[in-house]
Amino acid sequence: MSNLFKYTLRIADSSLVLGQRMSEWCSKGPTLEEDIALSNIALDLFGQANGFYEYAAELDGSRSKDDLAFKRNEREFFNHQLSEQENGNFGTTTVRNFLHDAFNFLFYTELASSKDEILAALAAKSLKEVKYHLRHSSNWLIRLGDGTNESNLKVQEALDFLWQYTGELFEMDEVDNDMLDNGLGVDNIQLKIKWDELINNTLKKAKLKRPIDGYMATGSRKGIHTEYLGFLLAEMQFLPRAYPDAKW
Amino acid sequence: MQNGDTKHIWKLLDLVPDPEIPVISVVELGVIRDITFADRFFTILITPTYSGCPAVKTFTDDIKKCLKENGIRNFKIKLIYSPAWTTEWMTEKTKKKLKKYGIAPPGETVVCPQCNSKKTQLISQFGATACKAMYKCSDCLEPFEFFKCI
Ligand SMILES: [Zn+2]
Repeated sequence: MSNLFKYTLRIADSSLVLGQRMSEWCSKGPTLEEDIALSNIALDLFGQANGFYEYAAELDGSRSKDDLAFKRNEREFFNHQLSEQENGNFGTTTVRNFLHDAFNFLFYTELASSKDEILAALAAKSLKEVKYHLRHSSNWLIRLGDGTNESNLKVQEALDFLWQYTGELFEMDEVDNDMLDNGLGVDNIQLKIKWDELINNTLKKAKLKRPIDGYMATGSRKGIHTEYLGFLLAEMQFLPRAYPDAKW
Repeated sequence: MQNGDTKHIWKLLDLVPDPEIPVISVVELGVIRDITFADRFFTILITPTYSGCPAVKTFTDDIKKCLKENGIRNFKIKLIYSPAWTTEWMTEKTKKKLKKYGIAPPGETVVCPQCNSKKTQLISQFGATACKAMYKCSDCLEPFEFFKCI
């Protein structure tokens, strides 16, 4: 399998898994408007995943985009561990998404100038939507962080917990390096500098303390995940696996 | 249609309404990017408004149905992502139609489609469809949808 395929698949996986998480909010949002917002974000993420899977399937040549989404097991998924973390309370979801949106925003900004025309087009398209997601999650982070003692405490707790999953966003393995060397992929090390700045600015506005870097989880690039991904996939993949010829 | 009259196809597609905002056509929405004719086949290039917009499937089916009803079978539809769809492609005429329908058209200021007041406030960045946000007029107090600028 080519590095381009692996790279594209990773992006698709993160979008799909985070999208699935967001779809779990459908009918459970704190207000009607927010319910609609969270479901809309899920839809955007599924749409983005669809584009990247379509391309990955084309590069793969033997599997369809649905095969890729529904017929791979946990250890064959390469999404960031951050994206599979449980929704928790609304504050936890806000923090997880903010950290991920900030990464995605910067990542797609860079990927939009990839030498691979299709990756560049998909990135440019996704960027427009992710900008909007980032605005949404940042606004909520500031509102909750700079809100009541209770809301501040909840988002600070979520931030302290989720911080360990931010390290691997910026790792570079042989796939990342090969993609970067060929002008196709993103320099995650450079991205980290911009991400830090963006995160620090928003955390300051939200009156939240940036956690100190401690233990950092790693492994998603090799298919290693936290316990939550298996349950997520079991729910998401049940129907197409139980009824392989089902059409919808 | 063997003569490859793409103008005729544009005209037909201008009759296909957007599935979510039926007062404007898919052409006016800007999702039809190009129509070409080669090797006896029309190729219709379409682009989604939002990546996950569920209307894409619906309007693709509607386009097929419309062309077939008009006796055109020699066509293919191709989905493209670049250039990414933007509300900047929307003409002033289309914006007027949206306003008349009760949706504030994309623009720098959000103007109440009911009373034209510029005193409006955001209720939610997201709306009933991916392309809209929810606003409220501070003068006439009517809630309304705003077509988001992207
Ligand atoms: Zn008004």
